[in-house]
Amino acid sequence: MTSNSVASNSVKQFPLQRLKPLAPVLGILIALLFSSILLALSGANPLQAYQELLSGAFGGSRQITETLLKTTPILIIALGLAIAFKARVWNIGAEGQYHIGALLGGWIALTFPTLPAILLIPLMLIAGGLGGLLWSGLAGLLHLKRGVNLIICTLMLNYIGILLVQYAARVPLRDPKGFLPESAKFVAAARLPRLGDSRLHIGVLLALILVGLAYVLLWRTTLGFRLRAVGAKLSVAEWVGIKTGRSILTALLISGTLAGLAGVIEVSATYTRLKPSISDGYGFTGILVALLGQLHPVGVLVAAVLFSALEVGAQSLNVSLQIPAAVAGVLQALLVLGVLAGQAIAQREPTA
Amino acid sequence: MDHSPSQSTLLPAVDMRGITKRFPGVMANQQVDFVVQAGEIHALLGENGAGKTTLMNILCGLYEPDEGEIWLRGQSVRFQRPADAIAAGVGMVHQHFMLVERFTVAENIALGQTGRGWRDDARSLHQRLRALSAHYGLGIDPTAPVWQLSVGERQRVEILKALDRQVDVLILDEPTAVLTPQETKGLMTILRDLAAQGTAIIFISHKLNEVLALCDRVTVLRDGQRVGSVEVANCDAHHLTELMVGREVNLDRPDRVVVEVADRSPLLSLEQVSTVGHHRLPVLQDINLQVYPGEIVGIAGVDGNGQRELEEAIIGLRSLTQGQIHRNGTLAHIPSDRYSMGLIPEFSVTENLLLRDIDRFPFSQKGFLRPAQMVKQAIALVQQYLIRTPSVHTPSGTLSGGNAQKVIIARELYRNHPVILAAQPTRGLDVGAMEYVHAQLMAQRDAGAAILLISTELDEILRLCDRIAVLYEGQIVGLIDAATADVNHLGLLMAGKTQVTDDPMMSEKRSLQTS
Repeated sequence: MTSNSVASNSVKQFPLQRLKPLAPVLGILIALLFSSILLALSGANPLQAYQELLSGAFGGSRQITETLLKTTPILIIALGLAIAFKARVWNIGAEGQYHIGALLGGWIALTFPTLPAILLIPLMLIAGGLGGLLWSGLAGLLHLKRGVNLIICTLMLNYIGILLVQYAARVPLRDPKGFLPESAKFVAAARLPRLGDSRLHIGVLLALILVGLAYVLLWRTTLGFRLRAVGAKLSVAEWVGIKTGRSILTALLISGTLAGLAGVIEVSATYTRLKPSISDGYGFTGILVALLGQLHPVGVLVAAVLFSALEVGAQSLNVSLQIPAAVAGVLQALLVLGVLAGQAIAQREPTA
Repeated sequence: MDHSPSQSTLLPAVDMRGITKRFPGVMANQQVDFVVQAGEIHALLGENGAGKTTLMNILCGLYEPDEGEIWLRGQSVRFQRPADAIAAGVGMVHQHFMLVERFTVAENIALGQTGRGWRDDARSLHQRLRALSAHYGLGIDPTAPVWQLSVGERQRVEILKALDRQVDVLILDEPTAVLTPQETKGLMTILRDLAAQGTAIIFISHKLNEVLALCDRVTVLRDGQRVGSVEVANCDAHHLTELMVGREVNLDRPDRVVVEVADRSPLLSLEQVSTVGHHRLPVLQDINLQVYPGEIVGIAGVDGNGQRELEEAIIGLRSLTQGQIHRNGTLAHIPSDRYSMGLIPEFSVTENLLLRDIDRFPFSQKGFLRPAQMVKQAIALVQQYLIRTPSVHTPSGTLSGGNAQKVIIARELYRNHPVILAAQPTRGLDVGAMEYVHAQLMAQRDAGAAILLISTELDEILRLCDRIAVLYEGQIVGLIDAATADVNHLGLLMAGKTQVTDDPMMSEKRSLQTS
């Protein structure tokens, strides 16, 4: 009864406030407008190009499958980064964490080929997550114990991680019988089980479950509360007794673990072996996707699908209209800029 | 500032008619009429969120009203930006001074003035400012860099800035909040002088005694509406308070039976506490202080004499170079800096209210939040502490200053901690809220809490405290029994003028300088 008076007040909202969530949509429209100009300049009819892009990404079950497969690693990484960024922990090292996860998981697959899938797959996933966790933890220790700038050390550890995978694929884990500098193909038991007879695998399912878990973590747990408090205002969080260093490390380790998990899922399901090149820059794409998704798990899901659809669609655009596939990258960048700018403008409203 | 006196006496300097301004979820001003005559000092009174600042922001061009008209000396005006208002002769001295510390006074005044190449005629600018300063008794050297100036001097720079722009309507937003009693007296003299020369002065304040001492007329706002305008000569503090709050408020020092505490041990004890600030300069020196259960000890002093450092030392955010702080029991802390220490603006009222207690049952269980329980508690606190918010889910950053402060006070006090450190707990609060906070502190005291109250408001200290320690340049220069305290004596101590007194506590602290 008493709560009603408070609740009824909340209904009174200013119309402009309600339109605020639409600011990203406006940003997307502006981004599309700019890319139309670019498409027209490269000699294509923008409308036709967009249609081609769309059907290339969602036009049939084959296209949708392709888009979802591409979505999976980006989504898993971006969810982790969204959690980290929410705590204002600027982990730029997902690419490296992804590689170390792939390396550890791949090493398990190559070392224990006789294990049954029911054991091998969980073991690989754990190893992958652990790899990412350790790699991000290394950056965290450098940051918290030695005061190294977190952005710098996560960024630099990317290159070490990537090069370690290249080294492993060329030297210790190389298939002695093969021509190429890559490991032997994983045994069937080391490949993620597929869903029915589609090419989709349980990694896709896992990514979707992680969307829900990330949401629960951020808004329904005390850990998420602390992470958000640390991110929103460090000085206050510290003052009310939150252990900020520990929170920062936790956020970093969560994002590292998820990046490592994405790595092992990709090598298990897509590459099926360790190769010198096992990423399309997912770790960096994940940063953009996390930001585009406004650090909200559902937003991140939408952004991840959008980004992978752009990449998949751009390939068919290349085939049908001879427009370079790089247009996807341009569109992605414009979208992020448009959305972030829209958000910034929406937040600039004066308050009472 | 050349008036044709015949006109300025006939037509009001400011005539705001039917001003309405809406904000998200709030009606900030509703059909407000506001008239100020030239040469008049007119107080604008009202609680936090009553719409005073909004009304003045409309007058000085920061907002455009949704409805209503503004007439200045019989001319209808419309301001789209502050520059329009300045051009029409309306200037405002804000609570937070808008000065560049590295610049000189003259540079700050020249800043933002269009069409004047100040570098070319720096000398004539200096001369002009010197003349103005002397004419109104401001005592400002235009060549002094602002960072060297005291808070009171900076305020006079703002006034000088407005005068140089030839305003004939001067708005001051709570100008005395940062001043010592002596500086306040000086400011009043200046303002009376300005008014005598024809300037219309609008004085926004919470402090009724100043309004009564200084102003000619008062307009009172409540909930965005004008309650009335009265001649100061015809009213007293109680009447004004009732107009403001809509009910009777009592801010006199309540009688109380002092509980005998001699046999009890202090809950908070500072022993020879010293600490250093920037450039390793000592900011606290040899502080000795005990706070016993069931008493309020006040730290009086002008802002910037070590209050912030003392606060930080007690909560453990500042390391001591010497001495020890003992605390017996948990600490509630109402921070002086509510923006960087008190609230997370983007968090909801609920989340801010439970910031300290989120790990406790029933608000969470096994690491999972229980939103229903959180909201239930938040609604209870919002109602108990009279926090005005559209909902408990509103981000606390959108609340008015007073309501934000109430959120902090609710969070810190509702758990009944044995030791309470309250730093500037009513800064920026209206009388109604202030009375409420005071009542809360007194209730906690009666329940046996040991309270240390750091406040630059002498009235507050005198009303609440049992003992008063005066902090000057990092030292306690006097420890006085509040019941027998004398305001003039306190004011002198706050200004660093340690006098010979009969107070036995003073004898050891007496310094050589006597004035």
